[in-house]
Parts: sequence; C-alpha cells; structure tokens
Amino acid sequence: MALTSTAPADSPITLRTGSGESAATTGGAAIGALCLTWLLYEQVLPFSGALGFWVSWYVVFLLFYAALALLQWDRLEAVNRVTSVAFATGGALAMAIVIATASYALLRGWGAVKNLSFLTSTMQLAGPLSPLKDGGVLHAMVGSLEQLAIATFISLPLGITAALFLAEIGGRLARPVRTIVEAMTALPDLIAGMFVYSLFILSLGFSQTGIMAAIAISVNMIPIIARASEVVIRLVPGTLREASYALGGSQWRTVWSIILPTCRAGLVTAVVLAMARGIGETAPVLFTAGFTKDLNLNPLSGPQTNLPLYIWNYVHIEGAVTADVIRGFGAAFVLVILVLVLFTTARILGGSAPGELSKRQQRRLAKEARRT
Amino acid sequence: MSAAPAGVASMPTEGEDVPRVISARPSPADLIFRLILRGAGITVLLITGSILVFLIIQGLPALRAEGLRFFTTSTLLYGSHQFGVAALLPDSVAIAVIALIIAVPLGLAAALYISEYAPPGLRRPLIAVIDLLAAIPSIVFALWGFLYLMPRILGTDAWLSQHLGFIPFLHVKLPNTPQSYVGSTFVAGIVVAMMVIPIIVSLSRQAFSQAPQGEREAAYALGATRWGMVRTVVLPFGRAGIIGSGMLGLGRALGETVAVSFILVPNTSFNPRVLESGGNSITDEIATHIFDFGSTGISYLFATGLVLFAMTLVINSLAAIVISRSRSGAATAD
Repeated sequence: MALTSTAPADSPITLRTGSGESAATTGGAAIGALCLTWLLYEQVLPFSGALGFWVSWYVVFLLFYAALALLQWDRLEAVNRVTSVAFATGGALAMAIVIATASYALLRGWGAVKNLSFLTSTMQLAGPLSPLKDGGVLHAMVGSLEQLAIATFISLPLGITAALFLAEIGGRLARPVRTIVEAMTALPDLIAGMFVYSLFILSLGFSQTGIMAAIAISVNMIPIIARASEVVIRLVPGTLREASYALGGSQWRTVWSIILPTCRAGLVTAVVLAMARGIGETAPVLFTAGFTKDLNLNPLSGPQTNLPLYIWNYVHIEGAVTADVIRGFGAAFVLVILVLVLFTTARILGGSAPGELSKRQQRRLAKEARRT
Repeated sequence: MSAAPAGVASMPTEGEDVPRVISARPSPADLIFRLILRGAGITVLLITGSILVFLIIQGLPALRAEGLRFFTTSTLLYGSHQFGVAALLPDSVAIAVIALIIAVPLGLAAALYISEYAPPGLRRPLIAVIDLLAAIPSIVFALWGFLYLMPRILGTDAWLSQHLGFIPFLHVKLPNTPQSYVGSTFVAGIVVAMMVIPIIVSLSRQAFSQAPQGEREAAYALGATRWGMVRTVVLPFGRAGIIGSGMLGLGRALGETVAVSFILVPNTSFNPRVLESGGNSITDEIATHIFDFGSTGISYLFATGLVLFAMTLVINSLAAIVISRSRSGAATAD
C-alpha cells in the first residue's frame, strides 16, 4: 500500500532549483573573495586599476565557490554548480555592457542636453571655442531622421520582397540568395559607404548629399530586414497557406491577404529593429553625407550632417577642445534615446506571436460578430 | 476477343502506382507576382555583385601599378611602390583575434545561460538585452572605449606587460609610462569584442535551442546533472552553430571601423606587440585617409577595401553555409 500510494493527483510536483544553502554558498564566496582580493590587490601587492580588481575578484570568487561546493556536494554536483555560475556571469556581463555603454553616453551627454537650446540650434554660429550654450545638434537630428526615413523607404519593400522570395518561392536561386543575405548582415559597414561613393559620386558624378548617405545606410539595412523577415514569415503555419489554396486563392492573394497580415507584428519588429541599427551607422556616411554646420532640410542637394557624423567630427577629428567633446556626448545622448525609442517600439509591437490578436483586435472582432 | 487481351496486357501498367502528374498553370497575376519576388532576390545578389565591381573599378589603378607587391609590401607610402595591405592586415587580424578570444567564451556562456539555465521569466528580457546590444550604435561603443575604458585599463596593460612580458606579443619595448599603452590593438580588440558578442550569442543560442528535447530528457533520465546534459547533448548539437557564429563574428570584427578608429594611435607599420601604443587597421586607414592623397589615395584605399570585402564575404558566406547546414534538420519542424 505504501508503495502504490501517490501524492494527490491535482498538485503538480514543484522542483525547487534554488535553495537557501546554494544562495548562502554564492553569497559567502562572493563576500569572501571581495575581502581577500581587496586585501591582496589594494594592500599587499602594488596593483591598481578597477578593471584588474574585478577580474581578480571574479577569479578568486570562482575558486572560493568551487571549494565551498566541494565541501558540501560530490564532485559531479560541484562541477555542475560551478559551470552554472560561470554561465550566469556571461548573461550578467552582457547586461552590464549594455547598461555601462548606454548610461555612460546618457550621463556625459546630459551636460550638453540640459541647455535646451542644444536641441534647437545648429553649429552655424558656434566655433570650437564658443561656450556650450552656443551651438547645438538640430541640423544633425534633422539629417539623421530624414536619412533614416529615406533609407527605410528604400530597404523596406526590397527587404520584405526578398524575404518573401526566400520563404514562399525558394527553388535553386534561393540558396545563394540566402547565403549572400546572411553574409551581408555581418559585412563591414564601411564597404557600403565606399560602394555608394564609388558608384554614385565618382562614377555618376553626384555630390555628397543626404540621399547618398540614405542609400549607403539602406545597403546595410536590406539584409537585416530580409533575414529577420524571412524568419518571421516561416513562422506562419502551413495550414493557413493550404486553407487559402484549398479555397481557390492564388499565390499572390495568399501572400497578400493571409501571410502578410498574419505576421504583420513580426515584420514591423524586423523593420523597426533594422531602423534602430540604421540610425546609428557611422562608417557608411563618412564619405557620402558630407559635413556641414548648417541646417539643410533638403536631402537632395548639399551636404547633410547626421548624428553619428556629428560625433565623429567633434570628438574624433576636433577632439582636443572640451566643449566639442561634450557636444559630441550631447549628440550621443540624442542618438541613444532615439535608438531606445525605436527598440522599445519594436518590442511592444512584436510582443504577440503570428496570428495572435491583441486585446483591441479581439474586442473589435467580438463586436463585429455580435452585429451580424 | 481482341479487346480483352489488350485490356489484360494493359492491366499491369495501369495497376502500378504511378503518381499522377499534377500541373497547375499559374494565373498571369501570379506570374507577375513571382517575377517581382524573384527580382527582389536577384537584386540582393546584384547589389553584392556591384559592390565588388565598383570596388574593383576604383582599386584597379593601384592594383595594376603595384601588382602582387600590393599584398606583400608592409609600408604605407602612397603612390611610390611603397604601399601594401601587408602593413594593415596583420593588425586588423590581431584586433579581430583579440576580440574573438574575449567574445567567444563570453558569448557562449551567455547563450548557454539564456537557453539552458535562465528561469523562463528571465529569458525574454535577456534576449531583448542581447538585441539591444546589437542595436547600440558603434559610435557609442567608440566613445565609451576611448574616453571611459582606455584611461582605466592602462594599469592592467602595464601589469600584463611586466609580468607576462616573456610571451613575445605581450612584451612592450617602450618605457613603462602610461603613455606607452595608449591606443593599443589590445584595447581596440576589447571594444570590438563587445560588438561581436551579440552576433555570437544570438546565433549560438538558436543552435542550442534546437537540441532535441527527447535526448535532453534521456540524459537526465540516465542521471546526468544539468552540466552533464549540456556537455553531452546541447554542445554537440550546437557545434556547427558555434563554429558558424564565431566565423560570422570574425567577419564583423575585421570590418569594425569607428571604435577601432577612435582608439588606435596610428602607426607606420605592423606592430606585433599588442599591448604597445600604436596600430593600424584596414578600416581605420580607409576612414581617416581616403581624401588625403587625391585620386592616388582613393585608388590605393579602394584596393585595400576590396581585400577587406573579399575576405569578409568569403568568411561570412562560409559561416552562413555552416550555419544553414546545422539548421537543415530542424528547418522542416518550423
């Protein structure tokens, strides 16, 4: 009887992974390692530097943790614990890098952006020695947004049709196209700028304008959109396609009325993520946008500066003057905010799986159903 | 009578399971639709092809003037038979290798954590963080690396060179002042590593998540710990993905421009001592000097860019093929 008696069928068995002792082991090892590293690093040995300190701390921590684990558990379990802690560090470090770089640009940039005139004036009347309250980033913001709009206008239709080709038609041509698209996603950004410079400016005689920069950015955006969209389109269930064909739908009808609406959220996410990448591209615009201190609303004629180029110019080329460096950080502040806004938009829009309806869409459908 | 034998004779052929040939003639609208889609696919190929063509057009004068010497000369004097990629390529490769040495272990650890260890509630936010890391502009990394990381890492550089200086490439010949460590390929490699991490994490995570559930459970059922399961099931299944992501990361690292350009202190020839101040890279040379030497400079630098493009295209295409092979088994499950 005792053997066959089971736990009440309704309550699922909870597998506890974390326990008090494992938390205490981690914490104890961390604190112990901190003390030992501080003692050795700062007091006994003649070292300095924050980076070296934390690297040493981490090594000592892992050793302490391994020793503590071996005291409590057998060898297999100890190895398991040490590896899981090491992998968790990888995840934590990735998060730390994002926070460190973005917040550094935001904190240093605040010094420039807190004068609101920074956002509403250009560099037309400001020289390298003029104080921070003169000069601003308006022309670069306008340039970035206009160039991004044009680049999206070019790369969105091309990227999504290329993705549809890969996912819906396939065939012998699809394999090289897929390989090239994947290879292009990691291609040097600089090459796109050189290509546009060589084709449009040296061979066809155009001058450096906003639209040249936009074309260079779109060369980088097309593969990103195509690759991400293909993944999304492949998630559309095959049964939907078959249902449409069974009802006599033609191929383009199926794509237009079934597949694209089903994965709309995912496609929007793909495009917005590519826009977030596109707005930060620096290397493609170095040769193509030209540089100006004035506001240029027309992307078709005259040089048009954008935010990355502004930072490049004022920090890298003229980086000796403090006010210029702070202005560069101000531009980086605006750039990071724009990227974060685009990224958050993509996340919010992409929250639902293909075919899953939002609350509002469900309400609307219910309403229509009641009416009929 | 004559009909029956004929019918009997034809019976076996009709009785065999010959699949019926199904032919559907697409409507004109569908034909146009397929043509447009095919056109988009061809356009992508054409763009890549024309990048190659237009780099060759501009780079040809320099390649013709220098011939094979262009690949072996290791000085950087424009237009006097003294310019070659051998002065730039080794440093570019050194930066990429340093970046990969840092990014591959870190990226794989993060990918394993996300796909195997993270609690389900933490998984989506972590994937979002990796996507965000890929979206942070390289110029923001450049600012961070140049103005925040570099002043703080000089002490570590000095310690490394003094205690591990017996390893040839960690040796520093210059006197031991902080100035001797500014703008080294090592620091550039660290910053490039941060930009390579998202590629490695996202690709290898996809590979890991495709390890079959049945074999994971089999490993657990045989008494494996989680690490035992990862070592015997997840890592072998993800091997092709790991190799592919590393290669794609290599292509990305070779082509990184802005951060490298911010950090490196220019140098006139290859410097194998990675901790020492001074270094070159193909991308930095192109970005900083393309307008400095007139049409000669443009030609030489486009020839250099051609070498970079050809290298990264080959590396990335191989990586894409390796990755798609690793995916092929799971593609039908989508």
